Amino acid sequence: MSGSIQDTFFEECEDLLEAMDEGLTAIEGGEHDQEVVNAVFRAVHSIKGGAGAFGLDELVGFAHKFETVFDELRSGKLQFDSALIQLLLRSSDHLADLVATARDGGSTDEAHHNVLIEALQKYIPEEEEDLTFEPMGLGGGMGGGFAPAPIIEDKERTYEIRFHPLKEMYGTGNEPFFLFQALSELGELEVKLNDAELPGFDAIDVAESYISWDLTLKSTEGRSSIEAIFEFVEGLCELSISSDSDAADEVNALAALDAAFGTGDDAGPALEPSAPFEAPVPAPEAEPSAVVEEKASSPKAETAKSEQRGPKPTLRVDLERVDRLINAVGELIINHSMLAQQIANLDAGDVRDVETELEGFKNLARDIQEGVMSIRAQPVKPLFQRMARIVREASSATGKTAKLVTEGEATEVDKTVIERLSDPLTHILRNAVDHGIEKPEDREAAGKETAGEIRLTASHRSGSVCIEIKDDGAGVNRPRVKQIAIEKGLIPENAELTDAEIDNLLFMPGFSTAKEVSNLSGRGVGMDVVKNAVTGLGGRINISSTPGQGSTFTIILPLTLAVMDGMVVSVADQTMVVPITSIVETMRGSDDMINSLGADGTLLSIRGNFVPICDVAGALGLRHCNDQPPGVYLLVETETGQRSALAVDDIFDQRQVVIKSLDGVCGNIPGVAAATILGDGKIAMILDPESIIAASPTAAAFDTERRMSNAIAS
Amino acid sequence: MPSQAEVKQSDHEVKHTQYSEFVSFAVAGQAFCLKITQIREIRRWSPVTILPHAPSDVLGVMNLRGAVIPIYDLSARFGLHQTEATERNVVIVVAVHGKQVGLLAESVSEIISINPEEIQDTPQVDSRNTMEYIQGIISHNDTMVRIINLDAVITAPEQVIL
Repeated sequence: MSGSIQDTFFEECEDLLEAMDEGLTAIEGGEHDQEVVNAVFRAVHSIKGGAGAFGLDELVGFAHKFETVFDELRSGKLQFDSALIQLLLRSSDHLADLVATARDGGSTDEAHHNVLIEALQKYIPEEEEDLTFEPMGLGGGMGGGFAPAPIIEDKERTYEIRFHPLKEMYGTGNEPFFLFQALSELGELEVKLNDAELPGFDAIDVAESYISWDLTLKSTEGRSSIEAIFEFVEGLCELSISSDSDAADEVNALAALDAAFGTGDDAGPALEPSAPFEAPVPAPEAEPSAVVEEKASSPKAETAKSEQRGPKPTLRVDLERVDRLINAVGELIINHSMLAQQIANLDAGDVRDVETELEGFKNLARDIQEGVMSIRAQPVKPLFQRMARIVREASSATGKTAKLVTEGEATEVDKTVIERLSDPLTHILRNAVDHGIEKPEDREAAGKETAGEIRLTASHRSGSVCIEIKDDGAGVNRPRVKQIAIEKGLIPENAELTDAEIDNLLFMPGFSTAKEVSNLSGRGVGMDVVKNAVTGLGGRINISSTPGQGSTFTIILPLTLAVMDGMVVSVADQTMVVPITSIVETMRGSDDMINSLGADGTLLSIRGNFVPICDVAGALGLRHCNDQPPGVYLLVETETGQRSALAVDDIFDQRQVVIKSLDGVCGNIPGVAAATILGDGKIAMILDPESIIAASPTAAAFDTERRMSNAIAS
Repeated sequence: MPSQAEVKQSDHEVKHTQYSEFVSFAVAGQAFCLKITQIREIRRWSPVTILPHAPSDVLGVMNLRGAVIPIYDLSARFGLHQTEATERNVVIVVAVHGKQVGLLAESVSEIISINPEEIQDTPQVDSRNTMEYIQGIISHNDTMVRIINLDAVITAPEQVIL
């Protein structure tokens, strides 16, 4: 029993850590507003609370220190600076480690733990009291945890308070008199009744509230003390507090008022959205400069933001159940095509009606399939957030400064893809920091900002997901890469390579450019492992690089791993499927379109362009190239933009096919990506045009010739 | 004190549990057998989908209720001639290493009970493959039946392909 509660706690921790990371990332990006700080505080606090319940002392201890620092930040006693932010980020990483340790067992780096505790301690004032155990979330989402700012100010200030109770206030049994009495204890209070709104006697609604008060308070107390008095009528009155203090505080007060009185949904119905919240407060000695940035966010915008940040209601479902559903839908699609085939084979006159219904069935099946797949789809955000940590660690290990900028975090990708992308992305990012980004002094010499920037972008691109990792470092050192490849015997010494080909050498097994092996990257297992992982997901990876300006890795992945659209073709009496995404166009060829080049090269002429022909059957070893030439060509484009015409015998259909992995069935077959089950129950190979072209002698020969002519030309 | 009949009965039971049941079948005219617990089902041969670049003893893949399983030609695997598969042949679906594979055989003969003591070690012969794939032989109705070492048959070629 306690085990399952603990599991829930750790599940929640995942979410909380994510929220914390998100907040810290926003803070790192310069967003220091109370709401963000509070969000992080709440996350840490909840982790601490849960951990306390399970007796995870180490976690509690650390979370407490962490939280205390945040409390200082919340109350404005402490300001953000870059050193503190770095410390907070490191602490959040450590907190995640501690949670993981508590869950999975093992131990954390004690020295690191103590260093962080000590560093955090420096930010905590001596007289630190256990403010932090106060109950959280009194006022709902917005800022219930906004502790009365313990600002003690000696100077006396004059506050103008406008107080207009709504009729609901009287309904709750609140009495303005007691409020005024409490106020008068703070200092010298002047009360003025405002009855201007009072209608004529016959028009009076006894339940309505017409009276408001203008109060003038001279007090040494901070604004928060006044707020505390009005806390119980929060949302039940229109309230504005203004004082004679300087304008810079206005912003702080604005946020505080937002937080305390909730301009959002929980505000009273009669509260004007544009209510003037002019309520400057006594300035703490040093006003956090960062708070000024808040000016941009009006109360309204803030509400909108909090809506966006608030978690949507979700359902935790056992992954196995979803997978079972996906398998069932896969079978449904296969079943549909079987049914379609049976009906086509049926010798039963008019079957048009049945076919129409079957078409509807197909659409429904596709809807269900898309729906089920979307259950598995998840935003890449958590993955990207983890990557921020990788960059952080990599930069501190290499003594470089690099920051990660992420875009398109909401892009949704299949869960498995996300899981299996983690390692390749980690590798690429470490490489980017280790090899890509230059040392700060070198960057300065090159006229760049000392801090390198790595941009991680996710986007949907016509049925696939595109993930781009772009650094602004030195780019690929091509002469050096080539030299290493020659030294390691990966390419012959006299090889004539294009720039793109040199860049792609990085993906060759056993290649490593680091002059010295660092513990980060450079063990020579890097990029080829990355490439294999991406290809294993049915994706492609590309590198492009501009010397001095950086490199870009582009990973193109299929949206789902289970289903794809394919062109059903026949090759050497075998039915096969070509992924539709790689096909540019299809055409029936005639003899006069085919031109010979060299001994066995053939080119297809398409509207004046010549494209090398690649015989699929030949490339798969099913038939020799010199047999009767096939009649249909699929024009495909490779990742390097090179076009090729795949020669097949015939095209049957374009349909959705369920991908069945051949992993564990047989080894990697060149030219074949996976298998699928067709309508007749037979298995068809799903081809990988990329590797078919690579395996085809014709295309390869053409490639060599092109390269030679390039070499001669240059 | 138990009666003599009871003693005999329990003796018999003990003996009986020692027997293992094997399915015997013919491959290239020779008799082979597999432990019945290794076999999932036996199907009639139907044309398979060819795997490009596959070794000659891998016939291709077959759809077994939505799962893609590879089919091996046992005869070719044992270094005998390649089987010209027809509808009269059978595919023996076995579970090995947590996955299912199909083995093409000429025909299935019968289920035989074997006392483990009757199993003889494979005599030394020149062929290394034979030694590896056959874990022992037994005599049944005066014919020699070869017990297949399934782990060796299925694992070894995998590595070749990879």
